[in-house]
Amino acid sequence: MKLRSLWVAVFAALAFLAAPALAAEDAEHPPAVAWSFEGPFGKYDVNAVQRGFLVYQTVCATCHSLNHLSYRNLGEPGGPYEASWVMNEETGEREIELGAGHGRRVDPNENPYVRAIAAAVMIRDIDRETGEETERAGRPSDRFRNPYRNSAAAAAANGGAIPPDLSVINLARKGGADYIRAILLGYTGEEREGRYVNRYFSGGLIGMPSPLTQAGMVAYEDGTEATIEQMATDVTHFLQWASDPHMAARKEMGLVVMVFLIILAALTYLAYKNVWRDVKH
Amino acid sequence: MSGPSTYQPKNGFTRWLDARLPVMRLVHDSFVAYPTPRNLNYWWTFGAILSFCLAVQIVTGIILAMHYVGHVDLAFASVQRIDRDVPYGWLIQNIHSVGASMFFLAVYIHMFRGLYYGSYKAPREILWILGCIIYLLMVATAFLGYSLPWGQMSFWAATVITNLIGALPVVGESIKNWLMGGFAIDNPTLTRFFSLHYLLPFVIAGVVILHIWALHVSGQNNPAGVDPKDESDTVPFTPHATMKDLFALTVFLILFAIFVFYMPDSLGHPDNYIPANPVVTPPHIVPEWYLLPFYAILRAIDFNVGPIDSKLGGVILMFASIAILFVLPWLDTSKIRSMRYRPVARQFFLIFVAVCIALGWCGQMNPSYSMFTAGEFRAGLHWVEGGQSIQRAVTAESERRAGATFEEAAEAMKAEGAQIVMVDRSSPTDATLTAISGGQLREAELTAHSLDELEAQIAERKAALGAAGVPYVEIERNLPFEFTVTRFAQILTAYYFLFFLVILPLLGLRETPGRVPETIAKSIRGAA
Repeated sequence: MKLRSLWVAVFAALAFLAAPALAAEDAEHPPAVAWSFEGPFGKYDVNAVQRGFLVYQTVCATCHSLNHLSYRNLGEPGGPYEASWVMNEETGEREIELGAGHGRRVDPNENPYVRAIAAAVMIRDIDRETGEETERAGRPSDRFRNPYRNSAAAAAANGGAIPPDLSVINLARKGGADYIRAILLGYTGEEREGRYVNRYFSGGLIGMPSPLTQAGMVAYEDGTEATIEQMATDVTHFLQWASDPHMAARKEMGLVVMVFLIILAALTYLAYKNVWRDVKH
Repeated sequence: MSGPSTYQPKNGFTRWLDARLPVMRLVHDSFVAYPTPRNLNYWWTFGAILSFCLAVQIVTGIILAMHYVGHVDLAFASVQRIDRDVPYGWLIQNIHSVGASMFFLAVYIHMFRGLYYGSYKAPREILWILGCIIYLLMVATAFLGYSLPWGQMSFWAATVITNLIGALPVVGESIKNWLMGGFAIDNPTLTRFFSLHYLLPFVIAGVVILHIWALHVSGQNNPAGVDPKDESDTVPFTPHATMKDLFALTVFLILFAIFVFYMPDSLGHPDNYIPANPVVTPPHIVPEWYLLPFYAILRAIDFNVGPIDSKLGGVILMFASIAILFVLPWLDTSKIRSMRYRPVARQFFLIFVAVCIALGWCGQMNPSYSMFTAGEFRAGLHWVEGGQSIQRAVTAESERRAGATFEEAAEAMKAEGAQIVMVDRSSPTDATLTAISGGQLREAELTAHSLDELEAQIAERKAALGAAGVPYVEIERNLPFEFTVTRFAQILTAYYFLFFLVILPLLGLRETPGRVPETIAKSIRGAA
């Protein structure tokens, strides 16, 4: 009994020592947001991802690359511009509608939304006839346009610091989506030594100037008011999708696997007990 | 114990095969008729779980290797391609990375089970040593695999570990360069790590076969630690152990699936999603969770012992912490296998488990993090307002005498009426002394609750004085006793080694064992 209380004391002491360790950071803790993608049944809010993509294209894409994504990814299952064929009851013709729908999925390369998004971007390429460098309209199969020709150009344009690629940014930072959103909202407006004061950035000084400077700098198409906080939340939502595009498929499969394994565990337990029923042990 | 074979070929083909290659007989004797103690508990199901883990890692690994590109410029992107574009690549990649953690979770339970029930004692010494070899190979494989995605942690973990080997005297530097394939971690390092990461799992599989062979020669230990007396104490492996293992494996798979499907990244470090960058060192370089206790032991040595510097000392201790497991069968003097009947040893064992977990905690902490301090952090500041300064160059005879020479010169200047003297060393034997005489000597005391806070206060005060035209501030820091993570890790490391080197050898000679119940000492049929 005495020994047991000793153990309780040891673990209590360890828990006590661990507590301040977790809070020992110099920057403010990012505020927690109730994201729709959290939890075992969480899903992306397609509208938020679409709005966030608009913020990325209008604001972030001037400096930040998204190297691991192609435009076609936007139209793939789970993506913001996924589309499917539906039958128009009045005309009897098949039409394309945004969303997973019930009909046949639209091939991302044929998806008119994705094609329009890609076509609006000029992509650097080599002219096959002349071998000269040229620019052409983008296609769904193209990678997202990198704002800089190479890393030296990126460094030169940003005072020596290369703006990080955003493909997996939400996974690459402790605190994930909450942290990314907090950084976008953490500017105090002060500038020191050519860097900017940010309450949530380790060390307090960040190289990136506040990207979201005024409400309405992105023209939302769905009527949502483009406040700075709304834009920060939306672009973080988009970047979460960019970091983890198969989340929906993963969680859906997870549910099936969990149900299967729990039933299998019950069956193997019964079989095990049945085999051992006459065995003394 | 494997007795004479009970395999009976049933038809013409199996009789024909048995006379030529008795593979069916081997399978029958090893996995069907093999006598298993009746009283095994769930801790004994981890052998089967581990075999499953190895198979999963090899199968998923082979598929990943079809898509992975072992080149410093392409490795990170190829892992991203697997996650995004390869059909079900995200699933295979998650299973492989989570699987490594699950493999280690299972192996640690398996090892602690062996420690608790004395499964390393005669006649199972070779069985235990083979297990230690498997563990060592697992550590090497996991480390090599962790470097393949070529993220920041991959790169810097590889740098830290290869540097450790470089700390070995005489041969260290050559081995390090040979491992790296050059003088820095670069493409040759990555390609050889990939090659070895593909090779080692098959070596593990080979040693696992030896491990199972040794097991089937000596027979399984059991929670009582008393050998089965006769056949009635055992049951055939199939279906009894097979069904129990299957049930336990399914429960283990539920845990596995929770990680794979709902938190695949929770066991990794966010920094590994940043592509490797040789010019940016991450603020905290940490290994994966399963190697943290050894990392803590490595960093616990922050002092030099004679000719052994702290780095080499840490490396020696880290390797010793695994090496000691190999000789454990001869360190433990107790004749009793199971700690069920060793009440005192059991308490020390439980402390040992807690120590290993606490070492893991230390491994992920900043080593200089202060767990508690006795008293406040104080600093005394002295400065002179006004007055005029005199400069004097001083050269010491030798490096060893330098400190004393400068101090003597400073004292001399003070005797001449200087209020304050500052020493500015320009080389190991040269310094410029600036003395300020006249003016007003001022002082202030700062107190704070942490060293960072104190340094911030000092910096602030110095900046304010500097702006007011005071050229020099003398600072005398008075720091309280601090109990840092390193100190804690030192105590834990000491216990880790004491457990094996002192507690187990002495306890076996001195303790009085708990009474083994009659029903266990005798065979089950005899007691019934």
